[in-house]
Amino acid sequence: MSTDLNQKYDQLIADNLDNVQAHSSNLLNSYRKDAQQAFHKNGLPSIKNEDYKYTNVLPLYKQDWNLPQLEKELPMNINEIFRCDVPNLDTDLVLTVNGRFHEFQGNADKLPEGTIIGGLAEMSEKYPEIVKPYLFQQAEQDTDSLVALNGALAVDGLFIYIPRNAVFEKPIQIVNLLLGERPLLTHKRNLVVADENAQSQIVICDHTLSAERFFDNSVTEVVVKQNARLEYYNIQNQHNGSSQISSLFANVHRDATFHTSTISLHGGLIRNNLRISLLEEGAHADASGLSLTDREQHVDNHTYIDHKAANCTSNQFFKSVLDDKSSTAFTGRIMVQPDAQQTNAYQSNKSLLLTDDASSNSRPQLEIYADDVKCSHGATTGQIDEEALFYMRQRGINQREARLLLMFAFAYEVIDKINVEPLALRIEDLVNKRLRGELSRCNNCEIKCQ
Amino acid sequence: MLSIKNLHASIEGQEILKGINLDVKPGEIHAIMGPNGSGKSTLASVLAGRDIFEVTEGEVTFQGEDLFDKEPDERAKDGLFLSFQYPVEIPGVSMVNFMRTAVNEIRKHRGQEELKSSDFLKVLREKKALVEIDSKLTNRSVNEGFSGGEKKKNEIFQMAMLEPKLSILDETDSGLDIDALRIVANGVNKLKTKDNATIVITHYQRLLDYIVPDHVHILYDGKIVKSGDKQLAVDLEQHGYEWVKKEMAL
Repeated sequence: MSTDLNQKYDQLIADNLDNVQAHSSNLLNSYRKDAQQAFHKNGLPSIKNEDYKYTNVLPLYKQDWNLPQLEKELPMNINEIFRCDVPNLDTDLVLTVNGRFHEFQGNADKLPEGTIIGGLAEMSEKYPEIVKPYLFQQAEQDTDSLVALNGALAVDGLFIYIPRNAVFEKPIQIVNLLLGERPLLTHKRNLVVADENAQSQIVICDHTLSAERFFDNSVTEVVVKQNARLEYYNIQNQHNGSSQISSLFANVHRDATFHTSTISLHGGLIRNNLRISLLEEGAHADASGLSLTDREQHVDNHTYIDHKAANCTSNQFFKSVLDDKSSTAFTGRIMVQPDAQQTNAYQSNKSLLLTDDASSNSRPQLEIYADDVKCSHGATTGQIDEEALFYMRQRGINQREARLLLMFAFAYEVIDKINVEPLALRIEDLVNKRLRGELSRCNNCEIKCQ
Repeated sequence: MLSIKNLHASIEGQEILKGINLDVKPGEIHAIMGPNGSGKSTLASVLAGRDIFEVTEGEVTFQGEDLFDKEPDERAKDGLFLSFQYPVEIPGVSMVNFMRTAVNEIRKHRGQEELKSSDFLKVLREKKALVEIDSKLTNRSVNEGFSGGEKKKNEIFQMAMLEPKLSILDETDSGLDIDALRIVANGVNKLKTKDNATIVITHYQRLLDYIVPDHVHILYDGKIVKSGDKQLAVDLEQHGYEWVKKEMAL
């Protein structure tokens, strides 16, 4: 472990603290000292840290980065640069730029009464009574120093509050944009609360709008209250010089459902931390992920589903298709606490290796302290099924097309879990293009990156 | 249509086919019978282009062209169809998508335009009726969760969709009850024309009551040891392979 490197980031926090605080909110600032200390205590995780065994973040932190300039006005021509091109996807659109809330483009009048969508810094000043009970309540900054680093440096992010009994007709779409002329290190802090009986779908698209290097460390806390249903989809489609660490913490209450799917199409290094706590009886979680990697890309999905109460269910379903020298990792822990009788938990991780140089690591972990539970897990790593390939070729389908159909079929099991139909169709299309080696970024994107 | 001359093939250095000669003309139905391990399925696989087998000697022409010059999908496009003994399950690939891709690849090869979606679905319905396949099966993934009988019917359904010149039915009767057997055989008979040919590979004479062959060949230890008309299958059923061995002094 490099103490010099840790000092560098201690110093970065110290140097920027005043400026960060000046542009953030009192509530966010009230946690900054703790975060700063937690980071100082643990330092950056090396691969000696079990949780980061398969993902080495140190080379990224060794690079030179700039924090976003907070004084500078954000570019106002975002709408000209970026247009989402998911056909027929009718959403209420929210934009963030370099980790900060930029604009809500939906029709606020048509949203259910009491809905709040806005920047976390601003909303925590405006609605402290709604934000405070949930903010910094889940994110584990004492055990994960990258979460702590986010707590120390995040100025803003998104706050979404879905009021009691509200049923959203349209998905809320969050487009996270990164742009700049210098390498940027960004920290974004989000909070999403779905109150009792609420139902909503959230679609998050991560994009890069310039060819510069980016490194985003985002932390999202999610609360799904009693009998609510929240669907949360994340499409990671940044250029390959862009890396991200994305940590999601979700508390799921009685009879509530949290359904999440992460599709990693492009990006350099991607690390997704998913921590779901099933707090009360009847809580349910579906978590899935699909990554399509090539070149030297690396995607690490790290999940922890904590069954804290009886009669809860969870399903995890993670898949990756690996080309070239790329690598993926999956570590999935299912924790069943002593009180969590009648737990039903399932986990599956499958990887399809297209080359001999690609590699995939899978670590399923079950930790069970109750005696009446049903838990199962499975992991497979394999290549294209030669028997199936021959069968298809015998019907006149050429080798390339048959391989594509098989790869797509492999990926489709995850796409099938996306309940927003236009989005699923768009992802189908993107995955198809991606597997064909065609550029799969959104057609309306202005920058031509690799 | 198909001409096999002195075909030798082996797997992992072990010779399975030891000099096969066979001529199949348009409009003919040939039955190849033989005990387990005689090389029946190997012959089917070699003709279809399965690369785990190595052709060590001999030649095969299909419609006048060297078969071994072509990839498995090119052979299929030229009109060679193999009904698999063990059809492969392909989760996630829908029957409809699979057939549409295959039909259009073959049409392209024949210089025909791709079928419009509505036309394709019309053909799909017609052929489903022809082989009495459960309508729902085409909505599922290829062979996934199909029963043994459904898988075999699905092979004949695909044959109907692709309209091959030469069909090789590899133990299509194995695992079928008598009703399914009748349906499968009916399908094959309905698809029969004077321009296409069929090779039926089977253990038992039973299937040949329904699909009546013009020629019957007995394969034994990698060679065709006896050929005859349909009566040969009946004799074989009565006397068993021991009779052939004795007769041929093997």
